[in-house]
Amino acid sequence: MIAQVGHDPLDLTLAACAIWLVLAAASLALSRRPRALRALFVGGSAGSFLFLTAGLRALFAPASHMTLPFGLPQLAFHLHLDPLAAVFVVLFGFTSVAISLFAAGYLRHEPTAHVARMAGQYHLLLAAIGLVLLADDAYVFLVAWETMAWSSYLLIISDDHMVQARRAGLLYLVTEHMGAIALMLAFGILQSATHAGLAGYAFPVMRATTLTPEMASTVFALGLFGFGAKAGFLPLHAWLPEAHPVAPSPVSALLSGVLLKLGIYGLLLVTLELLHAPLWWWGIVMLVLGLTTALFGAIYSAAQNDMKRLLSYSSIENIGLILAGIGLTVLFEAYHMASLAALALMATLYHTLNHAVFKSLLFLGTGSILHATAERNLGRLGGLIHRMPWVAALLLIGSFAAAGVPPFNGFVSEWLLLQSFLGATSFPQPYLNMAVPLGAAAVVLVAGLAAYVMVKFYGISFLGQPREPALKAAEDAGPHERTGLLLLAAGCLFLGLFPAWTVDLFRPAVAQLIGPAAAQDTLAGNVFSCRLHAATQADYRPLVVLGALALVSATLVFLLRRLAPAPLRRTDAWNGGHEARTARMQDTAEGFGQPIRHVFASFFRMQIERPAAAETTPVYASRIEDPLWYAIYLPIVRSVSRLSEWVALLRRRRIAIYLLYAFATLVILLVLTP
Amino acid sequence: MTDRALALQFLQSVLVLAGAPLLAGWVEQCRAWLGNRRGAGPLQPYRVLRKLWRKELVVAHGASWVFRGAPYVLVAAMIIAGSIVPLLAPILPLAPAADAIALVGVFALARMVSALAAMDIGTAFGSMGARREMLIGFLAEPALLMVLFTPALISHSTSLAAIVRQLAATHLLLYPSMAFAASAYVMVLLAENARLPVDNPDTHLELTMIHGALHLEYTGRHLALIEWAAAIKLVTYMAIGIALFLPWGMSATGSLSGIAFATGLLAMKMTAAGAALAFIETLLAKLRLFRVPEFLGTAFMVAVLGILVHFLLGT
Amino acid sequence: MPLFAQITNMLAALFLLVGFAMLAQRRIVHLINLYALQGGILALSIVTVGYGTHQESLYLSAALNGLLKVIIIPAILYRLVRRLGLVWDRENLLRVPTLLLAGLVLNIFAFNAALPIAHLAGTINHDTFGIALASVLLSLLMMIVRTTALTQVLGFLSLENGIIFAATSVTYGMPMMIELGIALDVIVGVFILGVFFFHIRDEFDSLDLQRFDRHEE
Repeated sequence: MIAQVGHDPLDLTLAACAIWLVLAAASLALSRRPRALRALFVGGSAGSFLFLTAGLRALFAPASHMTLPFGLPQLAFHLHLDPLAAVFVVLFGFTSVAISLFAAGYLRHEPTAHVARMAGQYHLLLAAIGLVLLADDAYVFLVAWETMAWSSYLLIISDDHMVQARRAGLLYLVTEHMGAIALMLAFGILQSATHAGLAGYAFPVMRATTLTPEMASTVFALGLFGFGAKAGFLPLHAWLPEAHPVAPSPVSALLSGVLLKLGIYGLLLVTLELLHAPLWWWGIVMLVLGLTTALFGAIYSAAQNDMKRLLSYSSIENIGLILAGIGLTVLFEAYHMASLAALALMATLYHTLNHAVFKSLLFLGTGSILHATAERNLGRLGGLIHRMPWVAALLLIGSFAAAGVPPFNGFVSEWLLLQSFLGATSFPQPYLNMAVPLGAAAVVLVAGLAAYVMVKFYGISFLGQPREPALKAAEDAGPHERTGLLLLAAGCLFLGLFPAWTVDLFRPAVAQLIGPAAAQDTLAGNVFSCRLHAATQADYRPLVVLGALALVSATLVFLLRRLAPAPLRRTDAWNGGHEARTARMQDTAEGFGQPIRHVFASFFRMQIERPAAAETTPVYASRIEDPLWYAIYLPIVRSVSRLSEWVALLRRRRIAIYLLYAFATLVILLVLTP
Repeated sequence: MTDRALALQFLQSVLVLAGAPLLAGWVEQCRAWLGNRRGAGPLQPYRVLRKLWRKELVVAHGASWVFRGAPYVLVAAMIIAGSIVPLLAPILPLAPAADAIALVGVFALARMVSALAAMDIGTAFGSMGARREMLIGFLAEPALLMVLFTPALISHSTSLAAIVRQLAATHLLLYPSMAFAASAYVMVLLAENARLPVDNPDTHLELTMIHGALHLEYTGRHLALIEWAAAIKLVTYMAIGIALFLPWGMSATGSLSGIAFATGLLAMKMTAAGAALAFIETLLAKLRLFRVPEFLGTAFMVAVLGILVHFLLGT
Repeated sequence: MPLFAQITNMLAALFLLVGFAMLAQRRIVHLINLYALQGGILALSIVTVGYGTHQESLYLSAALNGLLKVIIIPAILYRLVRRLGLVWDRENLLRVPTLLLAGLVLNIFAFNAALPIAHLAGTINHDTFGIALASVLLSLLMMIVRTTALTQVLGFLSLENGIIFAATSVTYGMPMMIELGIALDVIVGVFILGVFFFHIRDEFDSLDLQRFDRHEE
């Protein structure tokens, strides 16, 4: 059975997983040798590289399957590597190469015991992620999924002397488990529909059965909830902004860059692969939910002052856009508009990859800032571009990418998404025709807000004057960190400048989910351009844009040096003629977010403390809270505690009562037995 | 790609580059006339540019490469934008580099660069200008995109050349939806180019500035480049408006006589558009900053209405 | 598509645009101007329909509409505004962007609701019915959210414009008698309302309807 189709790429990925497991075990042995521990991360990075190459090869190979010789009775473990999984294998491989390298340098200041613990958990997490992608039956999938949840939980609370970290970790764990329960139910329904007993847990068997629309919709709803808890769709997003800031930066990068994407992978797997005949209203649900999530994330991230919270809300925003893309794909697919479905799916996958790369870059960058300054609050940073030129330059690329401006990568997926919205005009239902294109406006609003957020993030932390004296001693990132950042920044540039090549990476996956014909004729192009086929003649050539930008700027610099050689003189800032100018007079993060708080006031739960006119030591403070926390989470907590009070009523302290319960249960069961 | 197309591309880029200050001057002159002043003549911006060119370059302590590089990137971005919009004939070889959506993206890039540059020195005015500029950006971009969607839906393409070909080819077909798009576009143009009622281009009070506050620290040739970029941006916006809403008279093939005719017509259209802009500005008073979302929200809704009308009325 | 139908469509679109502008406008004087503009567009569109379908009676209707809605009623309203010293409406019950968004949703609804009805009508130019329906709904929305009596009256008048517009665009004109009757009703209505305003103001010192609610309590 093993040698059935099993071929190279799958073996390679398994080898990578094995490497990670070995490294995790080795961390126990090396727990007192800091240098060796850090070398483990370099080894992990090599494993990731192996994973990446396997993924790249698997993209263009036929799907390979493997059945392991062990497993449950009657259910041997099934593994596979098909093009859809391969896309995520590439995503995970590439980002984790950089993250591991970064971590090798980043952890040099941490206490050794801490590093040892982290090394074990981190590599276990990598192996679990790899196994989730390779799983070809529900059992392996869920085991890997749970391992992933636990190991990431341990990493989040690795700073466990912080109360915040423990609370955030608990919230994460509870959300994950609620999600996992939903997933078990979803897979259970799928399995029971196959009527194949335990063998029905294998994905290929599930794929071969067709469910009734009601059953399929139930599975869809459970899947959306279960994977939504991982990905952070509204209203299951609450753990994200709590867990990201407290986790060590490489872990935040892994959470945001890879773990959230596994929710997306799962959703694609369930809705388009296992259920293969989606209903149109699923698309609408995901579209509306996605756009709401995106808008929510964008508005909230603009109001944050903690740089890692800001980025994690921005992750919510991007996940929302990706979900909207899936919704659009499903909508097109349900109406058999294959080429548009293919386009929307390309946009979705493209944005997923983009977000993984630029968000990992940004989170790692915050790690470098955190190390250099020990400060997460944007309002206490500033002027770091002078002290940390490398990080500043690389994060500028990341910021442009996250803001979605050409010629960087965020723009390409946004462009594809907008093009697919523009195609959404020939549904058989006139309501859909009129309402769906409006989604494009929401996408652009979100992109505009993202640009706002990125200007805030970059401008306040790197530009301006240092807001605290301690910042003048900040040091640039070391060589390992620099390499990690450099890799990711190069990824941003590559994905932005060569869209046609990138799209080719997704073509096999699109062929798998939508159909080979649609995948072939959706997008074309060569190195220079990315062109939509047939229906529209739109064209985007990022290399030309960048080339023209560079050429014109260089010419201008050259000409002006020649024609207007006036000397450059440094002096104090003009500042409108005001002489007094201190670092405290710059906009703080709060100040920069003020227009957002004003324009979107009704979205926030806001408390503002304004000083009275005559106060000698005026204090201004504003606190922004998530209204959904109060609307959804706290009522749940309250009702659970009320429920437990009722349960407590059943508990009397005498043992006779308990015996009575047992006795009564027995009697009732006997009565009920026919 | 023919030689003629290349020549046309060159002609257009030069025209946009060199003509931009003239349009800005013409608008100022019209405003002066409407305000019962004599005005400095439409050539004034050239004199200003020449003066700034020669002046010493003063840069504040603590300015990084972001600050010094930004003016060049700004001008370059604007030149690219101005070279892509079909002005005389829809056969530009550079046009496929960016469609309408990518053009909005190029403007967004320029906006981000200028906002970052404004924050570089770390003055209160700079970051205030930056946040206001970004505020207007995220409010105006959805409206602009919705404006562009209507012609894109009519011509089934987001490529500006294809849109112009479709709109200019059909003789005297009135598109009601375009009336909506046009009114929304005018509102977006006012906001994006720092004109009244969103920003007052004449103000000397830093606290009321948006565009002015962004570039408060620039001097000498940097300032000249920024002023020039602003002029090119205005011309480009006008050119987009003309291409979308008044495309008639453009040469379809780029023949010599066609180009000559189109150039003459373009000059007339630009003159009229500049006068109309001045007229609109004279009628309006500056809005409070937090009325701007209302203003741009209205533009957005009107543009969306255009799309809806397009679906209802078909053509 | 024949030119006259194109022009009708164009005018219909402009009609709707003005309706939207009225929804967004807070200044009463501008509101009256917009109302006059809407009346003008209505008259023009009646002329176009008359020309296209060769019904001379529609010219008379257009002249009547034009006279009434572009000159007489706005003049009366201007006088009222001046005498009552009104410049601004108070804030709406909803913020303007929310209001416009609601208007947009109404539009999508009206356009879709009109599709089957319009196809029943079977005249040459049934597309504009959706626009007429949308304008009527927008006017109703305006009446709901405005807080002063005068702006509500303007909403009512614009509603009447929408109905006439629907009539001319769908059925190409109503019988003359009905139209004259409506016109007379409107003008009498405006006069009576004018008188009422003064009474209301004398009674309550304001035209703000929210105060009436308070008096009731």
